[in-house]
Amino acid sequence: MEKGSFEVKVGLAEMLKGGVIMDITNPEQAKIAEDSGAVAVMALEKIPADIRKSGGIARMADPEIIMRIQKIVSIPVMAKCRIGHFAEAQILEALGVDFVDESEVLTPADEQNHVDKHKFKVPFVCGARSLGEALRRIGEGAALIRTKGEAGSGNIVEAVRHMRLVMSEIRKLTVLGNEELMAEAKRLGAPYELVKKVAKLGKLPVPNFAAGGVATPADASLMMQLGAEAVFVGSGIFKSEDPPQRAKAIVEATTNFDKPEILAKVSSGLKEAMEGIDIHEIPAEQQMQVRGW
Amino acid sequence: MNSICVGILALQGDYGKHKEKCDWLGVDSIYVRSSEELNRCTHLIIPGGESTTISKLMKLYGMVDELKKFGKEKYIWGTCAGMILVAKKVDDTRVENLGLIDIYVQRNAYGRQVDSFITEENLPLIDGKEKFKLIFIRAPVLLEYGDSVTPLGFVNEIPVIARNDNVLVSSFHPELTPDLRMHSYFIFKMGKKK
Repeated sequence: MEKGSFEVKVGLAEMLKGGVIMDITNPEQAKIAEDSGAVAVMALEKIPADIRKSGGIARMADPEIIMRIQKIVSIPVMAKCRIGHFAEAQILEALGVDFVDESEVLTPADEQNHVDKHKFKVPFVCGARSLGEALRRIGEGAALIRTKGEAGSGNIVEAVRHMRLVMSEIRKLTVLGNEELMAEAKRLGAPYELVKKVAKLGKLPVPNFAAGGVATPADASLMMQLGAEAVFVGSGIFKSEDPPQRAKAIVEATTNFDKPEILAKVSSGLKEAMEGIDIHEIPAEQQMQVRGW
Repeated sequence: MNSICVGILALQGDYGKHKEKCDWLGVDSIYVRSSEELNRCTHLIIPGGESTTISKLMKLYGMVDELKKFGKEKYIWGTCAGMILVAKKVDDTRVENLGLIDIYVQRNAYGRQVDSFITEENLPLIDGKEKFKLIFIRAPVLLEYGDSVTPLGFVNEIPVIARNDNVLVSSFHPELTPDLRMHSYFIFKMGKKK
């Protein structure tokens, strides 16, 4: 009997497809997320919009809160560790979280190295802005990739940029000749074996989700139509005026991402979305997406 | 005989993996997200995913009664979350199960994701030639079953696959392996006598 293998890790990512993973900070929000149809919750101390506002160092959530959340919901519970902070990851694994997000939303603990994710039984999800970055994380053992987008911005533009780039780079690989793949691996800064695999499959070897800036049902649909297989929503739900209403609408939009009639219906009469920020108003050094490489 | 059309309930979960297997078998299949789509099918697969999410969406799209009717007349196969959804009794009220097969199921019975596992087992009642690779992801456990239900395979004495006349359940994920024998059993052999 084999536990914690790469195949088992990717298996859970497969089960989350077509669903919405919601950021939550306490058991009450976790319950709202589950009742609204979330496929998983992401436990963190503050949601990204508040992290952005308050500044300072953002760390892994308090284990006590995570355990209370695990008690109250039956869906998978994910939690974030800082980039490179393998001790936080070890703690999260010991708590029995179902997925660890090595996340740029928290303050990085190591500016050179990410966590060696192969060492863990718990699966990891990591953010990526390009195919090279996605394949570097998969090379380190990530079982799921998501766009970085720009967390806490309420602005979908960066997630779109990242998803479009990843998909376009994948398409390019599929038409290159074998002898061109090493040069492309060099250009991408990605492991050659993974580059060959993507060229053959025409997709990432692990599921590919959207994250960072999803605030409306239409945003969720847009990302799904661009090739995302599921959607993470951070601040978009609990920073909106009516979280359960918006959560349910985004769940429906993710299921019916290609049915505009249903999207029109679920987008109608929603209370205020979170307030967004123009990306050009966020100084480069305050952008979360540039954390990690 | 009418030609086969396999519906794959596509509200949430790894429905794409089941579609791929139907394509490999050369069987017509469609994604089902409404009662109209359901009514075009001879078979239905309810995939793995989150049973709470799928249950809510089934209800929201008014499919519950249609699914119950379908499950009495045609063939349904529930894998993992799908097994929970077709069960008669579930240990968790968050899921509104359809009651199509007389089994009692416990959700996430093996524990959390770190307890998810892969094993190999012979399933001679499905196909005797080679062992099957069985992938369990936060899997449910079939605790009890009635007289109308036949278990078709076990892991550590727990039934992991079972059927009645027209409803098949499995707590593992054949769609995550390249093995087509389970899909072939459901699509081509379910209609024949046990």
